[in-house]
Amino acid sequence: MFNSLSDRLTATFKNLRGKGRLSEADVDATIREIRRALLDADVALPVVRAFTGRIRERALSEEVSGALNPGQQVVKIVNDELVGILGGQTRRLTFAKRPPTVIMLAGLQGAGKTTLAGKLAHWLKSEGHRPMLVAADLQRPNAVNQLQIVGERAGAFVYAPEPGNGVGNPVQVATESLEVAKSKLHDVVIVDTAGRLGIDEELMQQAADIRTAVNPDEVLFVIDAMIGQDAVKTAEAFLEGVDFTGVVLSKLDGDSRGGAALSVAEVTGKPIMFASTGESMKDFEQFHPDRMADRILDMGDILTLIEQAEKNFDEKETAKLQKKVEAGEDFDLNDFLTQMSGLKKMGSMKKMLGMMPGMSQYQDQLENFDEREVDRVEAIVRSMTPAERTNPKILNGSRRARIAKGAGTTVTAVNQLMERFTQAQKMMRGMTRGGGMPGMGGGGGMPAMPGMGGMPGGGANRKKKAGAKKGRKGGKSGNPAKRAQEAQALQDKKDGKTKDPVGSAFGGVDLGKDEEFDPTNLPKGFGGMFPGGKK
Amino acid sequence: MDQPIILLIVAAIVFILVVALGISLRVNARKKGLGDDRGIDADVTGELKIDEISEAVEKEKAEARGSEVPTAPGNRLVRLRERLAKSNSGLGRGLLNLLSRDNLDESTWEEIEDTLILADVGVDPTTELVDKLRDRVKVLGTRDPEDVRGLLREELINLVDPTMDRDLATSHVSGDPAVILVVGVNGSGKTTTVGKIARVLVAEDKTVRLGAADTFRAAAAEQLATWGSRVGVETVRREEGADPASVAYSAVEEGKDAGTDIVLIDTAGRLQNKIGLMDELGKVKRVATRPLGEGHEIDEVLLVLDATTGQNGMQQAKVFAEAVNITGIVLTKLDGTAKGGIVIAVQRELGVPVKLIGLGEGADDLAPFTAEGFVDALLD
Repeated sequence: MFNSLSDRLTATFKNLRGKGRLSEADVDATIREIRRALLDADVALPVVRAFTGRIRERALSEEVSGALNPGQQVVKIVNDELVGILGGQTRRLTFAKRPPTVIMLAGLQGAGKTTLAGKLAHWLKSEGHRPMLVAADLQRPNAVNQLQIVGERAGAFVYAPEPGNGVGNPVQVATESLEVAKSKLHDVVIVDTAGRLGIDEELMQQAADIRTAVNPDEVLFVIDAMIGQDAVKTAEAFLEGVDFTGVVLSKLDGDSRGGAALSVAEVTGKPIMFASTGESMKDFEQFHPDRMADRILDMGDILTLIEQAEKNFDEKETAKLQKKVEAGEDFDLNDFLTQMSGLKKMGSMKKMLGMMPGMSQYQDQLENFDEREVDRVEAIVRSMTPAERTNPKILNGSRRARIAKGAGTTVTAVNQLMERFTQAQKMMRGMTRGGGMPGMGGGGGMPAMPGMGGMPGGGANRKKKAGAKKGRKGGKSGNPAKRAQEAQALQDKKDGKTKDPVGSAFGGVDLGKDEEFDPTNLPKGFGGMFPGGKK
Repeated sequence: MDQPIILLIVAAIVFILVVALGISLRVNARKKGLGDDRGIDADVTGELKIDEISEAVEKEKAEARGSEVPTAPGNRLVRLRERLAKSNSGLGRGLLNLLSRDNLDESTWEEIEDTLILADVGVDPTTELVDKLRDRVKVLGTRDPEDVRGLLREELINLVDPTMDRDLATSHVSGDPAVILVVGVNGSGKTTTVGKIARVLVAEDKTVRLGAADTFRAAAAEQLATWGSRVGVETVRREEGADPASVAYSAVEEGKDAGTDIVLIDTAGRLQNKIGLMDELGKVKRVATRPLGEGHEIDEVLLVLDATTGQNGMQQAKVFAEAVNITGIVLTKLDGTAKGGIVIAVQRELGVPVKLIGLGEGADDLAPFTAEGFVDALLD
C-alpha cells in the first residue's frame, strides 16, 4: 500500500545517478516495476503487456536518455500514456434530435445499475431534463421495487408495469416505455436492465433484443471499479452483446486502484463517461482521467487527503484558527486539541501518512506506528490546565511532573511533546509569513520528514525529498521564488484568472474558465510529481 | 473552502502527524534497543536448543538406519538436489543449477504465471508459487509440462488447504439460536446469499429467522423477505433508515423466543474504507447477541466476496476481519468467467477459509467449497 510506483521507480533509479544515459537493462528493470504496479492495480494482463511495450519504446528513445532526471521522465511518460488512453476521448451524453433520448444501462450483477439509474435521473433533472426510469430488471427479487424507491428519491417518474421477480417480459416493457415517454412528455428514458454474465448467451440475447427494441442513443456499460482480471472478458462480451457506447465506473469511492478503467478503455476503445462515487443521489460525476491515472499508479494521494480533511474538519474552528494565525498569534495547545479531534475523525493515521507522497521511505516506521500514540498525546494535553494550554511557556518542572502523572506517562514524554510542539509552532509562524512551510527540522537524532516540506505551496517537494538528508535542520523547501510563484498561480486560478499555466509546477492541467475553484480540481502536479511544468 | 484554510488544515495535519510519529519513533527506537539486549540472550538459548534438537534427530536417524531400506539411486539424486535447494548459500544454489537443468522453456513458465495472474491470484503469490515450482521441477528433474501442471495443482491445493474446517456453525451448545452475520461490500451478493443459505438450512429441517439489517438500500428488506417467504421463513424488518443494530437485536430476540435454530442477519453493503459504516457494523455485531446473554458471541461472520473482485479483495477481507472478525468467506458469482483467485491470498494471510460458493441467481445455486474443485476451475 505504501509502495507507490513513483517511489519504487525512484529506488530503481537511485543507482543510476551520475550515469549519462539509461541502458537497456535499466529500462527493463523499470518496465518490470511498472508491470507490477499495473497488475497490482488490477489492470488486465493483455493490456499491461501492450502498455508496457509502448512505454518501453518511448523510454528507450531520446526523450528519456537525454533527460536530466530519467526516473521522473519515465513516470511522466507512463502518466501521459495513461491519461491518453483514459481520457483521449472524453465526451458528453449524446441526446436524440427528436426526444425522447433513450439511455440503456447494462452490466454484471451487483455492478450498481439500479443505483446508477437513479443518480443519472437526478443529474439529468438538475440539468433541466424530464427523465423517466424504466424497470426492465424483472429478474432479481424486488429490483422493480428498488427502482421505484430510487426514482422517487431522484424525483423521476418510474414506468414499472410488471411486478418483476421473474414475471413479465423486459423487451416488451422497454418497447412500451417509449410510447409512454412520448405521451407523458419525458425527454429522456433510462432503461434499467437486469444484471447478467457475459457468458450467459440467453440473457445476452435478451439484452440485445432490448437494444434493438428501443434503439438507444446511449448504451452505458456499468462496471465495478473493484473488478479484477475478468474486466476484459466481461467488457468484450458486453461490447459484442449490446455494443455499448460509453462506460460508467461505479464504486469509485472505495479504495480499489481501479485498473479496470484502463483495461476497459484500452480493450473496447469506448470512453469512460461517468464515475459513481457514493451512495447518495448526488455522488455522481464526470470522469477525471488525470486523477484516475494518479490513482492507478498510486501516486501519494494528496487530493484525497484534502477532500477527507474538508469533510471532517470543523469549518468554523478552522476559520477561527486562521484568524488567529493571521493576527500573528501563536498556535496553542487548545488549537492542537481541536485539530486533533478533526484528524481522528479522518480515520487511520497510518493510512493518512501513507497518502502523503514520499512517505514510503518510512514504511518500516509506519508499520510500527501505534495508532494509540495519538491518544497518548491527547492524554498529555488534556492533563494540562486551560492556562497551560494557552500559554505553554509556563510549564516548569513541577507542572510537567504533574501532567505526566495525570496522563499516566513520564516527564520525558511530556518534554518530547513540548519540544515537537514548539517546533510545530515555529513552522506555523513561518507558514503565515511565507505561504509555504519551512522544512521541519529533525531534532535530537530523529529522522526528519523531508517529504513534507513545502507541501501547502505545492510543487517541488518530491525533488527536494530525494536530496534531503536525515537529521537536516531547518531546511527550506524548494527555492523561495518558486514557492511564491506557485502560491501566486494558485491564487490566480482561484480568482478565475486564466493565466497561462506554463511554467507553473502544476503540470498544466486546464481548469477551464467556467469552473469554480475547488480543491478537488487541483491539478495533479499538486503532489509535486513534475517540478517545472509538464511540457 | 478558501485556499488559506486548506493550507492550514494540511499544515495542521502534517504537524500533528509529525508530533505523534516523532514520539512514537523515539519510543520504538528505545524499545528496540531494549529488545536487542534481550535478543542476544534469546539467541544464545535458541542456538542451544537447535543443537540439542539436531543431535536428537541424528540419534534417531542412526537408530533407524539399521532397519532402513536403501534408497534407489534415482531418488538419491533427488534428495541431494532437495538439500541443495533448501540451502541458502550461493554455492548450494550454484551446485543445484549445475546438477539440474531447467528442461522447460521460458514460455511454459510464462504461461503458468499468466494463468495465475489472470485468475486474480495476485503478483506476489504468483511469483512465490512459480519460484517454488521451479525449485521443485529442478529437484525432480521433470521435463514434461503436463507434470508441471500437476505439480502446480498440488501446490495450489496445498495452499488452499483441504483440511480446513469449512462447515457453517449452525448450532450453539446452549440451545440458544446460532447467530450468523453476513457482511460485504455493495453488490457482492449478500442478500442473495442469505436467501440461499436460508433455503439450505430449511432443507436440512432447521428453523430459521432472517434479520433484515440492511436498512439503507432501497427495497433491500423486501428483497430478503421475498427470499424468506419462498421457503416459509419469517423476516424481521424495520422501516428504512432504522438502526441496523436494533434490527439485528430484535431478530435474535424473536428468534430466541420462538426457539429458532439459526438467526441469519443480512447487513447493508459497505465499502471497507468508510470508517463510519465499519463502526456501525462493529456495533451490529456487538449488539446482535445481547438477548442471548453474556458469553454468547456471534457464531459465524461470513464475508461475501465477489469472484470478479481483483486485488482489492485482500483489502476488503483485511478491513472486515479487523472490524468484525470474519470466520468464513462466501465466494459469489463463480458462474461467470472470473475465478476468484484472490481468496488464495486472503486465506493465506488471514487464515479464514472459504466456506461456500455462489454459482448464480438460481435459488439453489449455493455449494460447499472444495479445494480441488476450486483449483481445477482456476487452472482451467
